[in-house]
Amino acid sequence: MRKTGISRREFGIGFGTLVAAFSLEPVASLAQVVEGAAPVSFAKNGRLDAWIRVGADGAVTIFTGKAELGQGILTALSQIAAEELDLAIEQINIISADTTRGPDEGYTYGSQSIEQSGMALRVAGAQARAVLMAAAATRLNVAVETLSVERGSVRSQDGRQVSYAEIATGDPELLRRDVSSAVRVKKAADYKIVGKSVPRIDFPQKVTGEAAFLQDMRLPGMLFGRVVRPPRAGAQLLSFEEAAVRALPGVSTVVRKGSFLGVVAAREEQAIAAMQLLREISRWTEDGPRLPRSSNLPDELRKFAKEDVVVSDTGQGDAAGIVHQWVEASYSRPYLSQAAIGPSCAVAHFADGRMTVWSHTQGAFPLRGDLAKALQLPAERVDVIHMQGSGCYGHNGADDVALDAALLAIAVEGQPVKLQWMRDDEFIWSPSSPAMAMKARAGLSADGKIVDWQYELWSNTHATRPGQPGGLNLLASWYFDEPFHVSPPLKIPQPYGNGDRNAVPLYDLPRQRIVNHLLTDMPIRTGSLRTLGGHGNIYAIECFMDELAMAAGRDPVEFRLAHLSDPRGRAVIEAAATKAGWAPNSRSDGRHGRGFAYARYKNISTFAAVVVDVDVDPSSGAVRVLKAVAAIDVGQIINPDGVISQTEGGLIQGISWALKEQIMFDERAVTSRDWADYPILTFDEAPEIEVVLIDRPNEPSIGAGEGSVGPASAALANALAHATGRRVRDLPLTSNRIYKGRIG
Amino acid sequence: MALFTLTVNGRQAQVECEGDTPLLYVLRNDLALNGPKYGCGLGQCGACTVLMEGQPIRSCITPVADVGETPVTTLEGIADGDKLHPLQTAFIEEQALQCGYCTNGMIMTAKALLDTEAYPDEASIKQALSTNLCRCGVHNRIVKAVRGAAQKMGQ
Repeated sequence: MRKTGISRREFGIGFGTLVAAFSLEPVASLAQVVEGAAPVSFAKNGRLDAWIRVGADGAVTIFTGKAELGQGILTALSQIAAEELDLAIEQINIISADTTRGPDEGYTYGSQSIEQSGMALRVAGAQARAVLMAAAATRLNVAVETLSVERGSVRSQDGRQVSYAEIATGDPELLRRDVSSAVRVKKAADYKIVGKSVPRIDFPQKVTGEAAFLQDMRLPGMLFGRVVRPPRAGAQLLSFEEAAVRALPGVSTVVRKGSFLGVVAAREEQAIAAMQLLREISRWTEDGPRLPRSSNLPDELRKFAKEDVVVSDTGQGDAAGIVHQWVEASYSRPYLSQAAIGPSCAVAHFADGRMTVWSHTQGAFPLRGDLAKALQLPAERVDVIHMQGSGCYGHNGADDVALDAALLAIAVEGQPVKLQWMRDDEFIWSPSSPAMAMKARAGLSADGKIVDWQYELWSNTHATRPGQPGGLNLLASWYFDEPFHVSPPLKIPQPYGNGDRNAVPLYDLPRQRIVNHLLTDMPIRTGSLRTLGGHGNIYAIECFMDELAMAAGRDPVEFRLAHLSDPRGRAVIEAAATKAGWAPNSRSDGRHGRGFAYARYKNISTFAAVVVDVDVDPSSGAVRVLKAVAAIDVGQIINPDGVISQTEGGLIQGISWALKEQIMFDERAVTSRDWADYPILTFDEAPEIEVVLIDRPNEPSIGAGEGSVGPASAALANALAHATGRRVRDLPLTSNRIYKGRIG
Repeated sequence: MALFTLTVNGRQAQVECEGDTPLLYVLRNDLALNGPKYGCGLGQCGACTVLMEGQPIRSCITPVADVGETPVTTLEGIADGDKLHPLQTAFIEEQALQCGYCTNGMIMTAKALLDTEAYPDEASIKQALSTNLCRCGVHNRIVKAVRGAAQKMGQ
């Protein structure tokens, strides 16, 4: 233990400087966006035409700094803009996350895109509409109040019309002005497009095979690259016989920069063949950290160097209520992989001293900064343009492969290079979601109330993105002759949190002490995966609530409600219980089980309650997940089917993580290299799903991408404990562990 | 390097490459087709699926020399002119994708199923797709889309 008990006050002050240096999570986003308050994204992007432009052809282009990750954000943002501008959604073009021409909105993460970009486009859309309408009124020589508008066509009461395009052509300077938040946005009751299940705008191309992905990009004269990583993280390149590789057909060049090694060839399969030969003939040192023993991961984590942060420490001065019984339990989850179906990809082009990289990064602007540092170019000579990749659930290899491709592109100046990582590159080298250990202890009063709550967690940082201070977070740069280093672990204050995201329970617990053991040894590279630490903490807290309910002799749903005063939290719990037909105090027949879990993601975002039904074969421990029911409250709903789809996807992923997933490794390297080593949930394992939406048209939209994941894992674990009468606390909940638990 | 004549989506195309080149790279890089995707290069995930004589195959592990004169169909070749294949329509109707990277493999594998079995039940659809991986979690929507397409095709 290196440092103990940083007070919350010091912690807060420390973060203040961090925000200034890094602006990880705008503090202003803590405030709800209310009418008249400036959207947070206006701070860096204060010009109206940075958000909306009207072309002479009538096309209206909107710009967002957020990126389509597969979550449907471009459709939802188009809905918001179309609504305020009185356009049809198909009249909108959208440009996303592009340093050459778009607003800087940092990263696309944390289910914040609707809150941030959505609110910016709502206000900018309203302002642009007002400006266009005023110009139309002048042109038609009538009072603006007498005008109506539909599909971008403004009409006077006497039937004359003028289109947005005509207005904009007549005055190209019209939208070149500062943004103003002193505009009137539409009332929810007047919405025609927002709140409707609009089909995703990007699906037609994706079902027909039109170019829709970065992987589909082809530039004239484009070459193909591949990289050769060391046999273990940290190993240094000793030697390789370059001539043998250069002699292979199609090879343009072999690139070595320190211990970074790559190859460029005319054809993709030639680049792969050259990469395979390089891998065989290159010799490396045995440097690198010893990896923890995977068989005893929770204990191994507790041995890492760490820095302790008191996350919550309330009620300690008050006398605790009389504790009738203490309950204690320890939980864990292993390292998890992003496991996107398509490995990360980038296209890079270096010409005339400028680097352009097309990337499916979550942060085009932060990536530009780190690329510039790694390439020793001024930032203004580097551009990052977002194009869609395979589904993104967090910090995958997108940023790393962007630097890889850029390094290769410099070696073949003038010719673009496309580089897609191989399957094993992605599994071994992209940041892993940290393993976590959680320990909970609570005192119950005689009448079954929690009177004391103590909770500790052990986790590496879940945040190692480009743009973070104190390092450079791009893999290849750590292997240069003068290597860069990963940033130090980031302390992110509550309510966002890092490993301690969702570590503070949502229940009414007047006396609680919560400590985050932020691990500073990082033998396995870690990063952000959907929910960061929220998954592990929600899993542990919601399992522990079931264990406490059992100790108190109370029904799990009733026990939660008895400790929860938040009306929106209570509403999703009651809605999920009703939809699933929750029968209080039901007993299992020894094979069927039902589990419940609840969380409010990040303590300030999505409310979600989940019921999971399972069937466990008593002879083998084999699990079938039969059904998952979720009730969700995301505030005002922009696209109901989009929210349902994100919730369904989160349930499936949360069940997959809990039931099957763990990165395997030996003492030298990650050994999960393909889908056989890292199985995910398949069609015959996916449960039936029902989602109940609770619309709150007068509450701010709070994002939908991450709410159901943690509760899904916890409800599954609770269902298994219910079915078997024994609890397995270490993830994944394999049939082997369940079977052992049953007989043990 | 050798010359290969392939029949893809009803058209003949000549490509010059090594015979062990995976069909996937020929389709994507020589013929500029986007449907089949690289996912694993190991035949495990199904993203690269194309049809050979109506059978779904993994183009990432199929050497081009083994294709011979067998006609190949990709996602780009299943629509009837401007009229989308019922599976393509159904995937949009059910919004049966999120990122869409695995979608090619889902549609092509489902097409092979529907071409041999007009009204597959849910279990048969899940069986046919059991080695196609989806990470976004739209499994149930995909099954529903395939059933919907089957009904439309039967009408």
